[in-house]
Amino acid sequence: MSLDDISIKVATDLNSIGSVDALLNEIATRLARFIDTDETSMIDLKSLPFSPDEYEGLRTALGRGEASARLETIGDSELYETHYPGVWWVTHYNVEGDVIADLIEIAAVPAILHSQPEDVRDGLERLQHTLSQNK
Amino acid sequence: MKEHETLEQRLHEQGVSRRSFLKFCAAMATMMALPPGSATAIAAVLAKVKRPSVIWLSFQECTGCTESLTRSHSPTLESLIFDMVSLDYHHTLQAASGHAAEQAREDAMKEFHGQYLLLVDGSIPLKDGGVYSTIAGRTNLDMLQEAAEGAAAIVAVGSCAAFGGLPNAQPNPTGAVAVSDIIKDKPIINISGCPPIPAVITGVLAHYLTFGALPALDDQGRPKAFYGETIHDRCYRRPFYDQGKFAKTFDDEGARNGWCLYELGCKGPTTHNACATTKWNGGAGFPIEAGHGCLGCSEPKFWDVGSFYTPLPAPAADVTAFAQAAALAGAAAAVVLSTADRAKQRRAQRTRQKLTVSDLKGE
Repeated sequence: MSLDDISIKVATDLNSIGSVDALLNEIATRLARFIDTDETSMIDLKSLPFSPDEYEGLRTALGRGEASARLETIGDSELYETHYPGVWWVTHYNVEGDVIADLIEIAAVPAILHSQPEDVRDGLERLQHTLSQNK
Repeated sequence: MKEHETLEQRLHEQGVSRRSFLKFCAAMATMMALPPGSATAIAAVLAKVKRPSVIWLSFQECTGCTESLTRSHSPTLESLIFDMVSLDYHHTLQAASGHAAEQAREDAMKEFHGQYLLLVDGSIPLKDGGVYSTIAGRTNLDMLQEAAEGAAAIVAVGSCAAFGGLPNAQPNPTGAVAVSDIIKDKPIINISGCPPIPAVITGVLAHYLTFGALPALDDQGRPKAFYGETIHDRCYRRPFYDQGKFAKTFDDEGARNGWCLYELGCKGPTTHNACATTKWNGGAGFPIEAGHGCLGCSEPKFWDVGSFYTPLPAPAADVTAFAQAAALAGAAAAVVLSTADRAKQRRAQRTRQKLTVSDLKGE
């Protein structure tokens, strides 16, 4: 018995719906605007009706670039630059590993990677406290 | 009872970093269907709000709505209950029982009179003096009227509280009705579904905290952000409907190819909910993705509108016309939006001003 004898087949033409191409066009428009005006933006992938195939299609189309980062805060977050510099794929997970936000971010660096002023101030306080104890 | 502190204080005490909080707000923005870049604006507001007291009453129900909420993945139940709100009474989740539990409810009602949020799941039976569902010897009707009196707003969680649901199905032996059939003088928001999507429950609470008001509602009292579009309009199988490709049985070639389930009784075209985009079980999928049509559980009387497997009565051509009309109406609404607050949002983006919550409100 070969694979062909199994009546279930994988649908391969879903990409023809065109959602991936539409989104790639949107990304291209935003990337051009980013170059002209420095305007960063995000696309919420969870708000778009993708089939599982299309979602994988988008991943393949964007590919992976040179940079990636990981946050370990209330669950992990994965951030990587795609094959197109300035186009980042940002996925936030909760502690149980479920996706809580899935974003394409057009920016030089995703906003959430920046150290936050409140956290910097807290860190300085802790450092000064440590130094005062070492005296 | 401890004075209700702000979310920022609470998180700081627990050693939660600002970056974590921003991530949490990014998840919120996704959930509330707000522009994804608005997380910073949401964080600024949420950090300063005082956690509101929440009283949750469960009436004639199956606890499925609570089950749904406790499987809410964004934010986690822990953060929702302990950080965003002060859940002062919920008879399934609270540690106290018996007289102590009822005392907690009465204390919260007195201390936060006029300010607390009342969440209700389950319908309210009215027949025979309401004897079919009682808590601590009191009828649901009695308890609802008492708790509603001092509530700032009421959230009817699930199709039973919103529309009467399954208990209200023909022949409705207990005389079950919805919250809105009894309470007429308070803002009521219906989060329908059997059960509702957990993220929608938490999203509405987050919206209330961020904007200090209930979100915009449709004609059924449901938040438009989640119930504004039909399952059909947002379904990834919609293109097959437009191409006239339908599964005729659950095991034919069309079913295997993932074609539209309209002819198998899918109620997607008449059902307003966010399943197709928000999805279930941590984003794993939704019924149509698993190969079964939508049951229409977020619509009134979904048990009494015929078989789940009978195609919707209107012939396909009419439905298409209806869908086109709906799409046009949607487009018109979008135009109105874009001329008002969207324009301002774009202006803010162009001049690279920071987006604020007032901008999102369209002020």
